Amino acid sequence: MSRTKGDEEDYWHSSKFKAFAFDDDDDDELSQLKESKRAVNSLRAIVDEDDDGETVNWSGEPVGSISWSIKETASNARASAETRNFAPHKSRTEASSSVFPKPGSSHSLSSLFRGWSQTESRQSLSDALLDTNSKIFAPELRRPRSENQDYSGDWSVEETIRRMQRGKICPLERFRTLKEKLHLLDEAVKLHDGNVITAVLIFLKKTLNSDVLFKELELRQVALRHFIHFLREMSEQQLLMDLLRYLERTEELALCKYREHLNIAGADERRDFLKSKCLSLPFSPEDSAHVQDHYTLLERQIIVEANDKHLEATGQEQMFRKHPRKASLLFMPLVTTLFYACIYHYTEGEGTFSSPTNLRKTFKIPEKLYILTALAARAKLRAWHDVDALFTTKNWLGYTKKRAPVGFHRVVEILHKNNAPVEILQEYVRLVEDTESRISLGTKYKCHDVVIDTYRDLKDRQQLMVYRCKVERSSPEEIKIDNILSNMQIRWKN
Amino acid sequence: MASERIDSPELPDFTILKRLARDQLIYILEQLPGKKDLFIEPDLMSPLDRIANVSILKQHEVDKLYKLEDKPIYSNCDQLCFLIRPRIKHVKFIANLVRSDKASARNRKYKIIFSPQKFYTCDMVLEQEGIFGDVTCDEWSFYLLPLDDDIISMELPEFYRDYFLEGDQRWVGTVAKALHLLNSIFGPVSKTYGIGRCSKMVFDLWRDLLEDDEHDQKDRRSDLGLVFMIDRDVDYVTPMCSQVVYEGLVDDIFRIKCGSVEFGPEVTSCDKSIKVLLNSQDKVFNEIRNEHFSNVFSFLSQKARNLQSQYDKRQGMDIRQMKTFVAQELKGLKQEHRLLSLHIGACESIMKKKTKQDFQELMKTEHSLLEGFEIRESISFIEEHINRQVSPIESLRLLCLLSITEYGLITKDYRSLKTQYLQSYGPEHLLTFSNLKRTGLLTEQAPGETLTAVENKMSKLVTDKAAGKLTDAFSSLAKKSNFRGIGKKLGLIPRVDGEYDLKTPKDMAYIFSGAYIPLSCKLMEQVLQRKGWTGLEEVTRLLNGNEFAEQLCDRNSGSQRTIVAVFLGGCTFSEISALRFLGKEAGYKFIFLTTSITNGARMLESMMETKS
Repeated sequence: MSRTKGDEEDYWHSSKFKAFAFDDDDDDELSQLKESKRAVNSLRAIVDEDDDGETVNWSGEPVGSISWSIKETASNARASAETRNFAPHKSRTEASSSVFPKPGSSHSLSSLFRGWSQTESRQSLSDALLDTNSKIFAPELRRPRSENQDYSGDWSVEETIRRMQRGKICPLERFRTLKEKLHLLDEAVKLHDGNVITAVLIFLKKTLNSDVLFKELELRQVALRHFIHFLREMSEQQLLMDLLRYLERTEELALCKYREHLNIAGADERRDFLKSKCLSLPFSPEDSAHVQDHYTLLERQIIVEANDKHLEATGQEQMFRKHPRKASLLFMPLVTTLFYACIYHYTEGEGTFSSPTNLRKTFKIPEKLYILTALAARAKLRAWHDVDALFTTKNWLGYTKKRAPVGFHRVVEILHKNNAPVEILQEYVRLVEDTESRISLGTKYKCHDVVIDTYRDLKDRQQLMVYRCKVERSSPEEIKIDNILSNMQIRWKN
Repeated sequence: MASERIDSPELPDFTILKRLARDQLIYILEQLPGKKDLFIEPDLMSPLDRIANVSILKQHEVDKLYKLEDKPIYSNCDQLCFLIRPRIKHVKFIANLVRSDKASARNRKYKIIFSPQKFYTCDMVLEQEGIFGDVTCDEWSFYLLPLDDDIISMELPEFYRDYFLEGDQRWVGTVAKALHLLNSIFGPVSKTYGIGRCSKMVFDLWRDLLEDDEHDQKDRRSDLGLVFMIDRDVDYVTPMCSQVVYEGLVDDIFRIKCGSVEFGPEVTSCDKSIKVLLNSQDKVFNEIRNEHFSNVFSFLSQKARNLQSQYDKRQGMDIRQMKTFVAQELKGLKQEHRLLSLHIGACESIMKKKTKQDFQELMKTEHSLLEGFEIRESISFIEEHINRQVSPIESLRLLCLLSITEYGLITKDYRSLKTQYLQSYGPEHLLTFSNLKRTGLLTEQAPGETLTAVENKMSKLVTDKAAGKLTDAFSSLAKKSNFRGIGKKLGLIPRVDGEYDLKTPKDMAYIFSGAYIPLSCKLMEQVLQRKGWTGLEEVTRLLNGNEFAEQLCDRNSGSQRTIVAVFLGGCTFSEISALRFLGKEAGYKFIFLTTSITNGARMLESMMETKS
């Protein structure tokens, strides 16, 4: 990170936000929480005597809930294919359902439903509910079927659309002129109901030549969007491509074709699809490069995977025996592939497909990303020598120098996450340039030497004395501090 | 937190909606007399669980229950019933099943129950597949599921993608019908405000339905006052921020599904997971749900101490006192104990996760993005997030927040960040980026949109906190930005001297640690206060217009302080908390009607392409 310490301080001091600390160091709140937990847990003995909470099965579903029951069906079905009867169980209602009246009362209600009169359906339902709540209900319940099938009328375009919006079946076949058809579509769009818009579009698709339809849709963006979505949902890929081609939406067309690769499960087939169908698609220049990279990456992965699978199976390679592969490399992102290469093929020369250097070159991986990934991989294998080499540069005079494009504080953090020993950590903490963050990192990871040396260099006697209390009694660190403190050569600033 | 104002109205009792839905389902099931197996699609299982249970279904001769999956089914039953959302995929699956039954000369009855409604495309598929007539269809108008006293969800998460990405208005009519249902039971509503294209369309359709109504219901006392409708894309900033209010945080981390959450072993400190309903019935949860996370610890420890002392009362009781204690208090205490230990466990688990992922730096970056300074630093933070392959959704969320607050990324940044993203998380995210561009969540600035006037730079300089940020302001992303403009006009970024007091907050900004007042909620506050859009012309212009205010009925029969907040495309728990806070301060009662509960992760996941 390029942020300087000064900025950071500035920000925090001027900030009005309460520092919302989730930090380990500041564990006041966490300990408070732990304490509460202990208190609550100590009560458990009394409470567990006869816990009458809701009954839950092993997966935590309340017994009697529908999700629970479906799982039961599934496991029963597995156990015995033929005798799939419901296992008798104690039914328990979920906590929330206790607010409803018991099933018995619903019986009477539903029988009312069954017997309602065809014309007065709403009224009778509301009447039925009146005594429970003194209001009139007008629920959108299904109307009698007969009402839906009113084929007799010669509805106008407007009426037809309105009736369709009310969920009534209306034959559209009467509308045969293009003018009528478009009028239908425009009315549907005016009404905003997408369900009706799509219904009209289905009719137009059936009765119009696609060239005619496309031309009209181009002038009607709302309808066009519905049509594209409809084709996508119906997986009518060919017609969709034709439409996009007609509209000259080339990038969308390319993406639409490219999307098909997701449905191809086999690696070889997917690679071939990318090569023969996608590389030449009219993507934007930048996307074109991404798709090319996609293809190249998969091609490499297939080669490396076959190779490594073989190596692992024969047991020749020590690396694979010591660290068996957890998953296949196929379809992994580039960074994961690089990480993999840094684990298993770190020392290979640039000539092989599997070498990190080759990947880095082929995909123009930025230095920062490369270093971060290689560091994580080599630290995981505790190859400290490789870690060292990552940050060592030689100048033309042959002097070596340590340099980290990511900042050494990040390096330290990553090493710590991989359980690097203090001796190693110390080396890198020392390289953190900013003294304040060096001290805080040193303190955090117990790199005493670095902290002590830094205070000495800062000639900060007071802090050194404070730090003396933090190290163990008569440890080498304490002796070191004492030696420094008694050194008459140092001109302390305080 | 502030206590209720005495003049705030009571909430209507929405449990009747559950009963209505259940009774209709029973009615439909009885239309197919005799034994039947019921196949339920996964997305309907939890909503169904909220209103019915197995024994109710069994009473109506449902024999076995199955999850509708893309797998062959084994059922001996002569009647099959399918409960599904109106999706082509499901209808095709059922069609295959019917055809294979036909091929093996198996004679069965089939019924498809569409919830909440059937689409014309479903009929078309049935017809195309040659099984129209072999299957009977029904609509189960289960539009509204009350998740809590004040939250009603339509449980339609696909609304967001369908409308805001694909531009498909298929659910517009559905929402209008849902509003109509709510209005006819609890209304009438006297006035409606709204902003956004979709809101306007829903309103138009709803008004059509009202005009159709033969019943005159205007003479009864109404439980509802006003309706405020808002499109999700009016405010994309809010859902892209990390949630830090307890309920939102629990949703972000454990995913609250249909009002209930599954706490895993890391929370329950035993080897099984527990499903818990999170609503106002949970006394412990009810007191902490709207609190900033930093206040939750002290509350829970106080509660634990109280509980301890109540248990301690047993000491020195005689038999009789003990008997009353057991009879009257013990059960309540036990319940409280169970809840308390669960929420403490959840807090611990949240703390652990947040510490691991460097939460503090993340918050700092989000706050910088909201305030619009140190943009370069934020970009390198996001870059590092991506390079280290931290969760793909989290990285995407930050990218979107950057884009929305800055009104799009400049070409150089857009390309470099996109490339890095594809390298870290997979090249197929090319499709994700294309989708995000279409919704406007993550966009590239058109070349012409670079700095035009010197005053832009100057104003940027003035607002920048550190005076030494000259280079930053000139070199980076200080561009024409709607969010900045809106933020300034509405005061979304509070200027407070000293520390923001999260314990006794003064405004809705507390839900984001004092850094930002959610735009959606601020808009509602302003419109309610002004009783309209007057004076907000500049703001609505920046929000691309489409605002409206319509009188629906003249007489103010109900309390004008009960407000139905309708979110089209989803609503976050943070917004709910913010409006509950506003309600307490100003004496309103908000009722939330949303197409679904959402958060940044859900929205972004819906932008990703998967195999079809």
